[in-house]
Amino acid sequence: MEETIVDINLKDKEEYVINMGPQHPSTHGVLRFETCLQGEKVKWIVPHCGYIHRGIEKMSEKLTYPQMIHLTDRMDYLSAHINNEAVALCVEKAMEVEVSDRVKYIRTILAELTRIASHQLWWSAFGMDLGALTTFFYGLRDREKILDIFEETTGSRLTQSYITPGGLMHDVHPNFQKKVKEFCKYFRTKLPEYDELLTGNVIFRERTIGIGYMSKEDAIDFGVTGPSGRGSGFHCDIRKIEPYSAYPKVNFNEITFTEGDTYHRYLVRIKEMWESLSIIEQLVDNIPQGPIMLELKAIKAPKGDFYQRVETARGELGVYIVSDGAPQPARIHFRTPNFSNLFIINKISAGHKIADLVAISGSLDLVIPDIDR
Amino acid sequence: MYDFAPLIDSINTWLNGHLSPLWAGIVSMVLLGVAILAFYAVLGLYLVYAERKICARMQNRLGPNRVGPGGLFQTIADLIKLLLKELIYIQNADALLFNIAPFIVIVASIMAIGSIPFAKGLQAVDLNIGVLYILAISSMGVIGVLIAGWASNNKYSVIGAMRSGAQVISYELSVGLALLCIITYAGSMQLSEIIKSQEDGWWLFKGHIPAVIAFVIYLIAGTAETNRGPFDLAEAESELTAGFHTEYSGIKFAFFFLAEYMNMFIIAALATTLFLGGWLPFHIYNFTFFNNLMDYIPPVIWFFTKTAFVIYVMMWFKWTFPRLRIDQLLALEWKYLLPISLLNLMVISFLTLMQWHF
Repeated sequence: MEETIVDINLKDKEEYVINMGPQHPSTHGVLRFETCLQGEKVKWIVPHCGYIHRGIEKMSEKLTYPQMIHLTDRMDYLSAHINNEAVALCVEKAMEVEVSDRVKYIRTILAELTRIASHQLWWSAFGMDLGALTTFFYGLRDREKILDIFEETTGSRLTQSYITPGGLMHDVHPNFQKKVKEFCKYFRTKLPEYDELLTGNVIFRERTIGIGYMSKEDAIDFGVTGPSGRGSGFHCDIRKIEPYSAYPKVNFNEITFTEGDTYHRYLVRIKEMWESLSIIEQLVDNIPQGPIMLELKAIKAPKGDFYQRVETARGELGVYIVSDGAPQPARIHFRTPNFSNLFIINKISAGHKIADLVAISGSLDLVIPDIDR
Repeated sequence: MYDFAPLIDSINTWLNGHLSPLWAGIVSMVLLGVAILAFYAVLGLYLVYAERKICARMQNRLGPNRVGPGGLFQTIADLIKLLLKELIYIQNADALLFNIAPFIVIVASIMAIGSIPFAKGLQAVDLNIGVLYILAISSMGVIGVLIAGWASNNKYSVIGAMRSGAQVISYELSVGLALLCIITYAGSMQLSEIIKSQEDGWWLFKGHIPAVIAFVIYLIAGTAETNRGPFDLAEAESELTAGFHTEYSGIKFAFFFLAEYMNMFIIAALATTLFLGGWLPFHIYNFTFFNNLMDYIPPVIWFFTKTAFVIYVMMWFKWTFPRLRIDQLLALEWKYLLPISLLNLMVISFLTLMQWHF
């Protein structure tokens, strides 16, 4: 039999390699883990990405800034509003303009709703990864309410393209405030159900506590940000470090744990949902009046380099624009959170069982199109 | 009041009167086989339907509701679809073993159905070692699972099959020991005798706390033996796509699927027979009117109600718990369930010896 490259890497006769993905239920998309197993124990993992590479960065060079917004929706499709906001903020920074307080408030409320919706979907899928199939329907039941709010205001449920450089596409729907307040009240009663169904479960705790330990140093070395990094005690919340939009005006806690295992990465997200609810409740009653779009002659960045980072539901999203003064960027780069979060997986899951690999990759909350762009 | 023995006897006498003894035997066997197969298919389909409805109820959904009233014919439509589907043959699979595996699994569960007492006299074979027979036959199914995993020539399938083997061999012990508790109380392995011993009270109630412990252990270990969630490691769709039956399609997949539900039914029926009084009605001591009223309900209904309750509990497990990991699964059995069952059996032997049960 021909010796393949994979065979050379195997030290032991009892080791074998399986491909988890590109089509596999646990990878939530077209990601491929080349996994070496000994029995059920994971020896090493090589993540292969690129199956959904669409060249968003290159395509953006031919598009003006407001047109580019639509492509950013398709990176981390669960944080579409926040991706839009990142580009908008970067362009506004380059043009040295500031949007009205009304726009800032609405952007922040939408961003926090997006964060809750994203964590709900993550919670649903994480339960599925561990074999608790009922979580999926509980999470989606509540996420539906947020998507309804988005649909009413932006006309779209998933890829909204609502936040543009200079403001918003159009004003919010008259029902917006009422609906958001209703949702907050509703979700405060439903969030404890999440704990009842999963967090307190003995099997769940056995499956997650002490599994996939990531030290703070590892998190910093690999650039793991967002809830995954904060579960290891890495203070990386951009909303606190470099507050943008309406975040300087609200009180909220940065959730961190020092344990760094799967269970605490899980807890960070559950607690972040509570924090997001409180941020929304602080803002929603006080949305000031003001223009929703700046009167700009043309949206183009001056010559130079510009960088802006925001906190998406998965971590730090950086937008780096190199401009030569044209309406299109000369070069644009997205520092996406999932790309950095992915590669720690070899380090934290080696030595665990294959079932733990699924739990760990679930706890990193990977969105594959964001890895490949 | 509702005794099926005269009916069965009259059919037997009629057959013997009209045919030679050899032909009478063959005809009665064929009749029995057809009856059991028909019962098996219908019950399997409606267990699938029940599972889909119950899980939908737990997940804020409606479940099947399009085909027939309340979706009652949905699973029949699914079966027809599976029958008509193409059987995919795997190129490097071991063809003989690959084809034979689903039959081993399904035959094992059909054979076990044969000795379950549904009502007085309504039992295909009343063996004097009925409990042992059912345990032995139902654990034969795991051979089919192992063969299926091995013959598929797929790494996921092999992992699933090995998990299933380790799991069933381990949990067999607890199932056996839990049933042994009741056998010790009843003093017989014959299912009809065990039911007869419960005429003055079910073993769950008159067996003191050890019987309750045995019942709980039996439920846990029985769920594990049927490879159902939270012990569905052999399938583990989020890890192993579909485990040992990844490569099966069409009706062969349906065989595995049906066998899983029928194994669940067998486990529940055994729990009913040994712990919950089988087809006996529910009686309260010195409460004559209530007891007479209960006697009017036919034993078949009693049997299926109790079995349905146990099945519901098993489905409830599946739809609310996450899955265990393989080492936790084995630790649960060898470190907790097995020592507890052994201790429990000793206590029960002592109680029986001293005649302290009711």
